Amino acid sequence: MNTLIKMAWRNIWRNKKRTVLTMSSITIAIFLSLFSRSLQKGTFGNMISNAVKFSSGYLQIQKKGYWEDKTIDETFEQTSKIQNLLEKNKNISSFLPRLESFALASSGLQTKGTMVIGTIPELEDQLNNYSKKIIKGHFISEKDNSIVIGDELASFMKVDVGDSLVLLGQGYHGITAAAKYNIKGILHLPIPQLNKQLGLLPFQECQYFYASENRLTSISLMLNDPELIDKTKDEINNSLNKNYAVMTWAEMNKELLQFVDTKNIGSIIMLAVLYIVIGFGVFGTIMMMTMERRKEFAIMVSIGMRKSKLLIVVFFETLFIGCGAIVLGILISYPVLLYLSQNPIKLSGEFALAMEKVGAEPILPFVLNSEIFIYQTLSVILIVMVAITYPLIFILKFDVLKAMKN
Amino acid sequence: MSIIKTKELNKIYDVETIPVHAVNNVSLEFEEGEFTAIIGPSGCGKTTLLNLIGGLDTPTSGEVFINGTNITKLNSREIIDFRLRNIGFVFQAYNLVPVLTAKENVEFIMQLQGISKENRESRVLQLFDQIGLKDKLNNRPGKLSGGQQQRVAVARALASKPKFILADEPTANLDSKSTSNLLDIMLKLNEVENTTFIFSTHDSRVIKRARRLITLEDGKVVKDDIVK
Repeated sequence: MNTLIKMAWRNIWRNKKRTVLTMSSITIAIFLSLFSRSLQKGTFGNMISNAVKFSSGYLQIQKKGYWEDKTIDETFEQTSKIQNLLEKNKNISSFLPRLESFALASSGLQTKGTMVIGTIPELEDQLNNYSKKIIKGHFISEKDNSIVIGDELASFMKVDVGDSLVLLGQGYHGITAAAKYNIKGILHLPIPQLNKQLGLLPFQECQYFYASENRLTSISLMLNDPELIDKTKDEINNSLNKNYAVMTWAEMNKELLQFVDTKNIGSIIMLAVLYIVIGFGVFGTIMMMTMERRKEFAIMVSIGMRKSKLLIVVFFETLFIGCGAIVLGILISYPVLLYLSQNPIKLSGEFALAMEKVGAEPILPFVLNSEIFIYQTLSVILIVMVAITYPLIFILKFDVLKAMKN
Repeated sequence: MSIIKTKELNKIYDVETIPVHAVNNVSLEFEEGEFTAIIGPSGCGKTTLLNLIGGLDTPTSGEVFINGTNITKLNSREIIDFRLRNIGFVFQAYNLVPVLTAKENVEFIMQLQGISKENRESRVLQLFDQIGLKDKLNNRPGKLSGGQQQRVAVARALASKPKFILADEPTANLDSKSTSNLLDIMLKLNEVENTTFIFSTHDSRVIKRARRLITLEDGKVVKDDIVK
């Protein structure tokens, strides 16, 4: 076996330029595929993570029917029983009660529909670092009766920190909700839609505004291990009565998920095309290496070498080229992706605006996980194996005498 | 005692269209230790006959017996293994494996036979001593002259201690000095190891030194002489 491996190794360097070119093409394919998959996974992950953190949570407890109507009347009472249940579950890292509805915001001659969220400022800040996202003024505390709003909403309303904002909406059981709040801070969030609509009130103030004391629309749950989401959902569902519904982030963000799936399929098709091109390149090289050595193979068979041993030689040649290129591709990609995963590219100008328009944060985030490396490596190995199938069949079937005459 | 026996051997190409009788009803016997040249004009069937004897080609009819084994009945895998253990080949264009050194080329065939490293080493040294290329053990074929490559090819053919060696125009690409050198070596090996050599050749220098001359014409044996 050693001699066969030695022969394979020396054979691939018989035509250095060709070997280097083939390896380079595989290396570039690996780099491109890892780069694009890392970016895609990073972008999708970032979108999902933002949606989970700033909006839905991994799981959400609601009153049954709230998701369909989303009215303030479909709220439920916060009870110690629910609190105990959530505190006991080991997979729940934190939970955040929220009261969420809409109101008309008005200042001067400007009026705009606004999403009003009542939340516990300390918990919300712990979870989402809101105080670091304040670009002007300060974040609210539980005892305030003031509001923080998104920067684009502030600029539309032509208001600033210290100005007043009038909210007018419908409270619990049709009661008119109306109040004037001092703007304590203006924040900028990574979800453009929230920047245009969001107004955050302290939890109790929001309950007071909507005349729904001790009521909430949802409890958002953050998980220690998001992979166990279905198990955790079942555990909570089994402990709550039928008046409650527990929804996963995927159920609440179907459009986002659909968007991610569609983009994912598109990118996989692009990768497949790239791999097919590379596959033909590898096939061409191996086929050429095989065909130009027909006579040599014939001589070896005639002196007593079994064709199966020739197959081993060609297999190792392909393995050296393929694996060498894969290792090289990973060695080049890893530091680049490591840097980019820690320092996402911040976009500006028209590209940033375009991304914000589709509701995405204007950054190019990358992820570095073993999964993308494993999948891309396996894909290239598979393609290389497919590419050598025909040359191997050729070796098994070639006519020794004809090859010797050639 | 005959080690090779061909019985009414025929090879016809293009049987369906215009049949060409490359080997025509050839029945021959070769004894152990022979140094035989098969001669004749180009296209007379010398190479085809060697290919049939070596099991590289299959006859249209007739049989080839080597040490009593009818090789025309062996399947493709059996014939490869049979060649490995019984037949040595020397080709016109040397055909050494270019990525292996001279030593590795000779050793390779013994590796295929499963001979131990120690035995391989001593056999390689013995053969390189006999062919006079002990100083070229680690040279790859590209770094050897044509004559030296052909001597290594002879050593490779002998490495596995075959019953006989088939050499197809072994001197066709060599100059006079290399040819004479190669023939000296082959004759010496024939005498020392009692190896049977069967050549196909046009080369008068080889013909002069052969002990048996088989002349072919249009695939038929027209002369079979023992030369003193």
